[in-house]
Amino acid sequence: MRVAENLNRALHGLLGDDPSVYVLGEDILDPYGGAFKITKGLSERFPGRVLATPLSEGAIAGAAAGLALAGEKAVVEIMFGDFAALAFDQIVNFAAKSVTMYGRRVPMPLVVRCPSGGHRGYGPTHSQTLQKHFLGVPGLSLFEVTPFHDNRGVLDRMLALGEPCLLFEDKVLYTRPMYGEGAVDELFTWRLVDDVAVVELAGGGDPDYTLIVPGGLAHRAVSAMRTLLLEHDLAGALLVPSRLHPFDPAGVPGLVPLLARTGLVCVAEDGTAGGTWGEHVAAGLHTRLWGTLRRPVALVSSAASVIPTAVHLEREVLVQDTTIRSAVLEGLHG
Amino acid sequence: MNGLADEDLALLLLIRCFERKLLALFEQGELNGTTHTCLGQEYVPVSLRPLLRDSDWIFSNHRGHGHYLARFDDPEGLLAEIMGRKGAVCDGVGGSQHLRRGRYLSTGVQGQSMPVAAGVALHLSRHEPGALACAYIGDGTWGEGAVYEALNLAALWRLPLLVVVEHNGIAQSTPTPAQMAGTVAGRAAAFGVRHHAIDALDVTAVRREVAPLIETVRTDPGPLVLEFRTHRLGPHSKGDDVRPPGVRPVDWYAAYRAAHPAQSARVEAAARDRVERVAAEVAARPPAVWGGA
Repeated sequence: MRVAENLNRALHGLLGDDPSVYVLGEDILDPYGGAFKITKGLSERFPGRVLATPLSEGAIAGAAAGLALAGEKAVVEIMFGDFAALAFDQIVNFAAKSVTMYGRRVPMPLVVRCPSGGHRGYGPTHSQTLQKHFLGVPGLSLFEVTPFHDNRGVLDRMLALGEPCLLFEDKVLYTRPMYGEGAVDELFTWRLVDDVAVVELAGGGDPDYTLIVPGGLAHRAVSAMRTLLLEHDLAGALLVPSRLHPFDPAGVPGLVPLLARTGLVCVAEDGTAGGTWGEHVAAGLHTRLWGTLRRPVALVSSAASVIPTAVHLEREVLVQDTTIRSAVLEGLHG
Repeated sequence: MNGLADEDLALLLLIRCFERKLLALFEQGELNGTTHTCLGQEYVPVSLRPLLRDSDWIFSNHRGHGHYLARFDDPEGLLAEIMGRKGAVCDGVGGSQHLRRGRYLSTGVQGQSMPVAAGVALHLSRHEPGALACAYIGDGTWGEGAVYEALNLAALWRLPLLVVVEHNGIAQSTPTPAQMAGTVAGRAAAFGVRHHAIDALDVTAVRREVAPLIETVRTDPGPLVLEFRTHRLGPHSKGDDVRPPGVRPVDWYAAYRAAHPAQSARVEAAARDRVERVAAEVAARPPAVWGGA
């Protein structure tokens, strides 16, 4: 099953099971079913709770927060994650703050879905991955869709947190299949440790390096791992968390032995360089595993640049599997 | 001016005395941070008080002490919140402009509450027909895009949203003609939203005028903009009063006192005593304790 279908089914299941859930967004009604068809079929089955809105991201997020405040649950679709900037005040200054700024905890079950990422030629304002702008906001959690985590579980978890959550969804990942139980391909297996998908060489020993990436980069990371194994004889491990923030891999007991035995930790992400999620994760690793890490954590991100439209220019700016491969080689041997 | 029941006048003067006391406490260095008083505008929430129900939600703004006191008659909890003392409505975290109690909520960002109120109104329209969401905003708030996004949504979805505009003619330091092209009425009309302006300062007259309009929000849901042409009699916050000098202030209380001197003197003395007692008692309390996130 492709990731988009998994996410669509998760929304169908959620609306079917919980009559307090609303879905709001632009152009999400059938037969159109949303710009990326993630909401396909929802409005026909749940016409009163799947609501198409005007082009008003601030009002969509605010109205969703109002629903949550009144005891409902809300899932918002921001057509392109870039436009979450238009809802920044409602997300950061209202929904997230409201959880704690009134003295006693105010439940705010609210998910803001953000289709993100490039590689599709949509240009500078329709290709970004904006996690870094929402990092470290008290009362706000960041999640990302992965090919490992069933999205129904992810949606249930976010709503149960009782605080607003952003769900980043890589647009290319939509078209890729979910990984079946246990196997990534003929070389690699995967398992869950806490909420982190751990990909390892089947029957392998200690990894030469370990990658940590959000779900949107999972396939590029696996592709890099194959090349590094087959062409450079380097065995790698890969960690893909469901929740990106807060995220503290060195605080997960089941991951510490792996991180301690690895030759290099490399954190890769699609956000542009500077003030990134990866820097935050690396700072945590350096602090918590200072006596154990063999080398400084290597960082990979998109260039500190706008994301160009033309395919050859876009490719130079965004993270490719080859970017990850080079970073690992340089980290280990550079 | 029409005579008022003691109860209504007591509430009006409680708000006035409370606000005066806050400014005095600031001058004495007893208060931390900032505050925005509603001197001159007290009659707006007091007029609306019997027209709003417990099941209605109220969204207030930075200038919201009168809104809170008209809803809860709780100067102790409000002053404790502003002073950061035990018994504070929100444990001292929210302060003057971030209050939540039951179905009452205020936020400190202009226009922010309008989409939230629309979302609450959506819930009410589905589950509690007849109840409404009331959002207090000012004339300056009409500069924010959130207002228009929310009005559009509320009109499209026919939501029971009552927008109470306290148009006091000055947005912090900026007079209305310097910050608003056109009018509030014109902007409401552009969205096909009902609008009514109120010039009266007389609580009885205001109630008579707006009661049937508010009832229509309950029976024929859709947004309604009630624009009170009102008058700010004090600074924007504290010590920043830039209202033009030489303009005679329009004060409902001066008019009322002239018409009803004996009742005014009696009720004002009682309100002032009450506020003094509350202030002394709250100031003696230990600091508020925040249970944390």
